Amino acid sequence: MEKNLAYVALFAALIAVLTVVPAITLPSGVPITAQTLGVMLCGTVLGSRLGGLAALLYVMLGLIGLPILAGGSGGFGVLAGPSAGFLIGFPVAAFVTGLIVEKWRVRIGVSAFVAAVVGGIAALYAFGIPGISINAGIPMDKAALAVTPFLAGDMLKAALAALITQGLAKARPEALLSRA
Amino acid sequence: MLTLVSPVPTPWHRLPAGVKLAALCLFALVLFRVREPWTMATALALVAAAYLPGGRVFALHGLRLMRLLIPFVVIVGLWHLWTGDTAKGAVIVMRLIAAIAAANLVTMTTRLSDIVAVIERLASPLARIGLKPRVIALAVALVIRFIPVTGERVARLREAWAARSARPAGWRVALPAVLGAIDDADHVADALRARGGAG
Repeated sequence: MEKNLAYVALFAALIAVLTVVPAITLPSGVPITAQTLGVMLCGTVLGSRLGGLAALLYVMLGLIGLPILAGGSGGFGVLAGPSAGFLIGFPVAAFVTGLIVEKWRVRIGVSAFVAAVVGGIAALYAFGIPGISINAGIPMDKAALAVTPFLAGDMLKAALAALITQGLAKARPEALLSRA
Repeated sequence: MLTLVSPVPTPWHRLPAGVKLAALCLFALVLFRVREPWTMATALALVAAAYLPGGRVFALHGLRLMRLLIPFVVIVGLWHLWTGDTAKGAVIVMRLIAAIAAANLVTMTTRLSDIVAVIERLASPLARIGLKPRVIALAVALVIRFIPVTGERVARLREAWAARSARPAGWRVALPAVLGAIDDADHVADALRARGGAG
C-alpha cells in the first residue's frame, strides 16, 4: 500500500519533471518535451491501474494550478486550449500501455516498446487530435496533420521508455510493478 | 517556487476556494454556449475587468501568464482568415483567452492548500470504493515534494556527466535518474510504514 502510493506519487512527479525540463524547440516554436516519455514509463513500470492513477494525479495537479503542464502552465484554463485532448488522454494512454505490458509476457524490452507505441502514441493521439479539432475549430484531418511532426520524436521516446524499463527490470526487478 | 499564486492581495483572495472553482466551472460552461462575437467580446471584457482590482503589478503578472497562448492564437486566427470564417475564428480565439484568463485569475488568487481541501471534500464519496481522501491528500503532498527532489537529481547527474565527458549527457542519464528516484520512493514507502502507514 505505502509502496504503491509512493510509486504513484513519484511517477506523477516524473511526468512533471520531464515536462518542465526543456528538450528541443522546433523552428515553429513548438517545444518538444519528454512529457510523453513520463506517461509511457508510468504504464511500462507501474502497470495499468497504478500507471493510470499516476498520470491522472499529474493531470489533476496541473489542472488545479501547479505550473507543471507543458510550457510551465497550469490551471483549469488549459481545458479550453489546444492540448486539452492530450491531457485527458494521458491517464488512458498510461493505462493501455500498462495493460499491454501486463498481458503480453514476452521479453520486457519488446513488450514495453510495443506497449508504449500503442498506448503512448496511438491511444494518446486518439484523444489529442479531436481535442485540437474541437478547441481550435479546425477539421479533424488538418488537426491530425498538425501533430505528425511529433510522431518521430514520440517513436524515439517509446524506444527510450523500452530501454529504461529493460534496464530497470535488470537493476531493480522488484520495482517493476507491471510484471509483479 | 512551485506556485502561480500572486503575492499581491486582491478581493478575490478572500473568497472561499470552493465558490471560486464553482463560479469558474459555470463561466466555462456559459462560454462554450456563446456563438456570437459581440457577446463573447463582452465576456472577455468582464474577465479583463476582474483583474483590475489587483492593480498594475497583478494585471501585468496575469498578462505574462497569457503569453503562452500567442502561437495558438496566431495559428487559429490565420486558419479562420484563410477559410473566410472570421466570425467563428474570433469567437474561438476570444473564448480561449477568456477561459484561460478566468482560470488563471482563480489560480493566482487561491492557495494550493485551499484547492487541495476542496478536492479532499469532493473526493470523500470515493472512500466507499476504497480511495480514502487522506490518501489522495498525502499523494498530492508527496508529488509536490518529489518534483524538486527529482529535478535536483537529474541536474546533479548531468553535472557529474559533464565533469567526465565533453559530450552532452542527453538521454544517457535517464536510467540512472529513474533508478535513483525509485530508491527515493522506496525510502519514502518505508518511512510511511514506520509512521503507521498511509491507510
